[in-house]
Amino acid sequence: MSDATLNSPLDEAALVRAAREKASVLDIFLAFLTIGATSFGGVVPYLRDGLVTKRHWVDDKEFVEILSISQSLPGLNATNVAVLLGDRLRGWLGAVVAVLGMCLPGAAIMLFVGIMYRTHGDHAITTAMLKGVAAAAAGLLLSTVIQLGKKSLTHHYDLIFVLVTVLAVNRWHQSVPRTLIVVGLMAILWYHPRKAAKEGTSQ
Amino acid sequence: MNQVPALIRVFAYLSLLTVGGGMAAFPEMKILTVDVHKWLDFHQLIHLYSVGQLAPGPNMMMIVSIGDWAGGILGAIVVLIAFFGPTALLALIVGRLWTQLEKWPWRQSIQKGLAPVSIGLLLAGTLSMARGAVTGWTTGGIALGVLLTMMWRKVNPALLVIGGAIVGGIVFLPR
Repeated sequence: MSDATLNSPLDEAALVRAAREKASVLDIFLAFLTIGATSFGGVVPYLRDGLVTKRHWVDDKEFVEILSISQSLPGLNATNVAVLLGDRLRGWLGAVVAVLGMCLPGAAIMLFVGIMYRTHGDHAITTAMLKGVAAAAAGLLLSTVIQLGKKSLTHHYDLIFVLVTVLAVNRWHQSVPRTLIVVGLMAILWYHPRKAAKEGTSQ
Repeated sequence: MNQVPALIRVFAYLSLLTVGGGMAAFPEMKILTVDVHKWLDFHQLIHLYSVGQLAPGPNMMMIVSIGDWAGGILGAIVVLIAFFGPTALLALIVGRLWTQLEKWPWRQSIQKGLAPVSIGLLLAGTLSMARGAVTGWTTGGIALGVLLTMMWRKVNPALLVIGGAIVGGIVFLPR
């Protein structure tokens, strides 16, 4: 709604600055609690809507930057974005309440679901439905991997690193950390600074 | 027997493996929670993860259920802290250094190099989960149907999971 009135990037920068000044620790907690309680089916669109469109705490460019840092660090996107943005708004306390808000609703729900599953999970109808749910989740996961891959893999030979990683974990039964260190190091060296710089300019 | 120390150890360790997404840690999570500590069996792990896709928030919240099963409410709380604490601290530190790291030439190399490896880890986790979830023609059909729908249209994934539950309920209910 208010997006339509923002014509120049200068207006938006001023808007973001003003919104950030006003953001209290409680505001941050409540914002992430709302996202944590409503983000059915994947958090990223809800994060963008809540933080960029509704509250103007970041503009789209900074949001994408925060997302890309989140993606290259261990940890889930949802909580990494909460830490990075919470910290930029109100320091470490902002980061702590953002993560708490993000996690509490889902955690409470899964605590309840876990208890229900343990007591009623072996009913014929639950077992039948769970088979379908698990299959759907597998398809969903694969689509996420493909979409992420399309976005973040830039070269054909990236597929070799993907393949070696999959084979190492699933076929050669190497542990995830060992695979991460060995294949990760190979890939980082492959993209050593001089090569990365050369490609960076052509992009 | 008190499982709390083991829960902290396992989930703090798993937390650091979630490069690219929670699923990257799945193969290791299966080994530690199912094979080593026997807190639950493989099918329960798959079921909890899958049902977790219907809950809002970060998509690995089924760790809370595992914590509760193994160590009660205290187990649930320590698992939550152990799983999100280490990576949150790391994100806080790296987030503050990030702007300074901008000029460091290896930053781009690390980002570019880790991209395919994290996709590989996610794919490996997905495949090991799918091996337990896709066991025949019907489950294969559901998974493929969801995959194709997601590739062609923008649908809320939670709705597709509910669709899977309905199909499963109709097809697999013994008559």
